[in-house]
Amino acid sequence: MTSTSARLGGRVGVRPGWQVATLVDAWAESPSARTLVLDVPGWPGHAPGQHVDLRLTAPDGYTAERSYSIASAASPGTASSVGPETVPDAGPTRVELTVQRVPGGEVSTYLADAFAVGDTIEVRGPVGGWFVWHPTGTTGPLDPAPVLLLAGGSGVVPLTAMIRARRAAGSRVPFRLLYSVRRPEDRLYTRELGVPHPGDDGVDVTVLYTRSAPLDARREPGRMTPADLAAWGWPAELGPACFVCGPTGFVEAAATMLLALGHEPARIKTERFGPAGD
Amino acid sequence: MQDTTGAQTHEDGNALAGPLSAVFAHDMTTAVGRCLSCAAERPLAEVSVWSHGPGLVARCPGCDAVLLRLVRTPRGSWLDMTGLSRVLLPV
Repeated sequence: MTSTSARLGGRVGVRPGWQVATLVDAWAESPSARTLVLDVPGWPGHAPGQHVDLRLTAPDGYTAERSYSIASAASPGTASSVGPETVPDAGPTRVELTVQRVPGGEVSTYLADAFAVGDTIEVRGPVGGWFVWHPTGTTGPLDPAPVLLLAGGSGVVPLTAMIRARRAAGSRVPFRLLYSVRRPEDRLYTRELGVPHPGDDGVDVTVLYTRSAPLDARREPGRMTPADLAAWGWPAELGPACFVCGPTGFVEAAATMLLALGHEPARIKTERFGPAGD
Repeated sequence: MQDTTGAQTHEDGNALAGPLSAVFAHDMTTAVGRCLSCAAERPLAEVSVWSHGPGLVARCPGCDAVLLRLVRTPRGSWLDMTGLSRVLLPV
């Protein structure tokens, strides 16, 4: 199947657990990533860090499923204590994803290049209750500890959902995000994470470039090191809730560093999405 | 999570959330499984998952034993959990 042949066309019925969503808006988040706003009727709301499965069906019946983290804060319809939504025109049935185009990826290239506003797609979710942060205690146990977010590449997507949920909930929990990315042009949510955002007092963002860095970068380009975590993360003594998301190699290196710095294994939650590629 | 077609690297048990939601009422990524081979216990979110074959294969990150396999066929979905000696579904 070529990516352009992937279409959801003429389906007679939708399988249990899946529903049809419609693309209502989309924009480029970087030269290689695109944010999709899906309208999912009956969306039950979600906790930041959860994901959805998307399914494409080709005319010959071939299907391909992929998981994508949700980028938006929990929908206002989920809990009355959650404040204004951060996404313009977002409603309780709107779900925002950011898709990084993977060269050769049959699903990501379709979603990033061909999937047009008004097109439909099958969605299952929200799913996953492990890699989540609960800003208010309404969706899960409230944890007042500081939060340490370690992102490799597009692993920043679910972690940004946590920052957005913190903002929407008016939470004062201190956050630190270390965002490892190849080059300045590969950054996602550059403006939102790059300048102090209203409601983001107490969120510190450090970008660690691995290949090429702008002149005002905090350090020379290179992979994340224990020195970076010591300088811009939280000390283990504070018992921060640590969330690590990115390619498998990044996540395993970062988790190993956190353990070596004395963080409790039970305080480190990880989500790997496959290939190396810093 | 992101589409990573083409890479032969493993993911983790978070990727089981959707497929297992079609089988179980409980979110299985928060369920704590014990490896039959080495007796290590961990949330299923933390196991290693390979999804590039015809189905999903979950392995113990400690001893590499197969914990769970889920394969969809025209006849139906096959779920093999013989690598798990028990599973705790937290309240």
